[in-house]
Amino acid sequence: MTRETAGAATPRTTGPVLELAGAGLTFGDRTVWSDVDLAVQTGEFLAVLGPNGSGKTSLLRVLLGLQELTSGRLSILGGPPGRASCCTIGYVPQQRLVDPITPVRPRDLVRMGIDGHRWGLAGLRHRRETRERVDELLDAVGAAEYADVPVGLLSGGEQQRVRIAQALATDPAVLLCDEPLLSLDLGHQRQVVDLIDARRRSHGTAVVFVTHEINPVLPYVDRVLYVAPAGHAVGSPDDVLTSETLTRLYGTPVDALRVHDRIVIVGGSNETHHHVERLPR
Amino acid sequence: MSVWTAVPADDFWHRLFSFQNYGELLGLVHNSLIAGAVLGLVGGLVGVFVMNRDMAFAVHGVSEISFAGGAAALLASVSVSLGAIVGSLVAAVLIGMLGSRARERNSITGVLMPFALGLGVLFLALYQGRSANKFGLLTGQIVAVDNPQLAWLVGTSVVVVVGMAVIWRPLMFASVDPDVAAARGVPARSLSLVFMVLLALAVAMAVQVVGALLVLALLVTPAAAAVRVTASPVWVPVLSVLFAVVSAVGGIMLALGGSIPISPYVTTISFLIYLGCRLVGARRGRRGWARRSGAPVDDVSVEV
Repeated sequence: MTRETAGAATPRTTGPVLELAGAGLTFGDRTVWSDVDLAVQTGEFLAVLGPNGSGKTSLLRVLLGLQELTSGRLSILGGPPGRASCCTIGYVPQQRLVDPITPVRPRDLVRMGIDGHRWGLAGLRHRRETRERVDELLDAVGAAEYADVPVGLLSGGEQQRVRIAQALATDPAVLLCDEPLLSLDLGHQRQVVDLIDARRRSHGTAVVFVTHEINPVLPYVDRVLYVAPAGHAVGSPDDVLTSETLTRLYGTPVDALRVHDRIVIVGGSNETHHHVERLPR
Repeated sequence: MSVWTAVPADDFWHRLFSFQNYGELLGLVHNSLIAGAVLGLVGGLVGVFVMNRDMAFAVHGVSEISFAGGAAALLASVSVSLGAIVGSLVAAVLIGMLGSRARERNSITGVLMPFALGLGVLFLALYQGRSANKFGLLTGQIVAVDNPQLAWLVGTSVVVVVGMAVIWRPLMFASVDPDVAAARGVPARSLSLVFMVLLALAVAMAVQVVGALLVLALLVTPAAAAVRVTASPVWVPVLSVLFAVVSAVGGIMLALGGSIPISPYVTTISFLIYLGCRLVGARRGRRGWARRSGAPVDDVSVEV
């Protein structure tokens, strides 16, 4: 049931950055997804879509090495996932509320992206280099001017910029984004996506972008992985986000409508209505 | 070297503050002063993570259970320090294992604490010895710290400080940014348990000096004050330690001549520092934490 299209317009240097072969995940007797075959290439922008509970977050946990596959295999840059892959994967989490008095500044968050996992206190030896690297990263996402403001006092859009700088700290081959646009307004959504897009164009960083809302990223997406209750599909947005495919994936009538350059997905029956997008009023 | 010899005895103030023969007294309690300083150092460092991990209530729970351990030791005529340590370690491991999330932790703490406190009261009721010993465990005592006890305090604090230094960076990462830390392979659960053990040791030390009821004054208040005035990862621990040391040592020095336990002095200094920091922090908040130009309007979430 997987369909591959070779339509990804990406510069291919070596093999895939990230590869799932026959991958499946089962919790007890509940199969989250199975037989996922997917190869993400250098510089590719892959959107992972699907309703709540379809296993998007589990997929991310698998890619991060926090969750074992039940079947099949995953390789990242040709090797197994897990601890060793810490520096080949950059992770942009959902925006979380940070308490205003949490003593952490953008500068510190980015710094943690560089060496936060190391034991012991930070030595004085590489202090200057690290500081310069942090400044460079913050500058690249346009967060330099609030580098010393406690993170809890920043707006959602500012926080996500800092998150991206943090995720890029190790120069990762792939950027995993977990709903990074949640609770951002349209302007900030576009800025954040632009930043991510610019990065993959300049550095060939592959992007795996988990979202429930395709439209903000639609112009940038090469391929879509759609995970739904009755299966999954991989392909270009035009191939996957169709009434026919989605109806099959949901196992119930679903309409995908093109409205200008947006796609609106409407559930055909009441049971699934809340799973998919409602038409904007 | 008496300062206030000629002051007519207003009895209340005299009981509160008395500096008669202060120099001699100071000589007698220099062990206590060292203990206070060491306790301030440990409390200030551990407090940074108590704040970051939202564990103030757990600290209170550990200290009450530590008190129960001390009371049991008193009854059994073994070392109170040992009892306090065993009590707080048991508490820390239980709370650490059963409650990894803040909500769970609070309910576990709320369940364990009154039970342990009840046991403590039972042990003290059964205890036939000096009643001053009973009270001291709860509200602190300024008995001269003898050399073996000081050695014990210093030894424990070395363990805690070294332990904190080793886990500082990953623990900070896991505390303020748990999702990304987990994604980077930081072993959050093990770190949390190690921290609970170090916290237990710090609490057991503090129970000896300020008493179980007032441990928070050295393990929470200084760090809570520090985060009001700075967000720097260097200045928060430095200020927190400074505030804790000033509270502990200052409290002991003020309490010397009076006939009152040391705790009210320590807690009052600690509280005043906190008030001061809140004032400074509030002014800072109004003026904007760090100047920046053209800050964008905060987002309003828009569902489309």
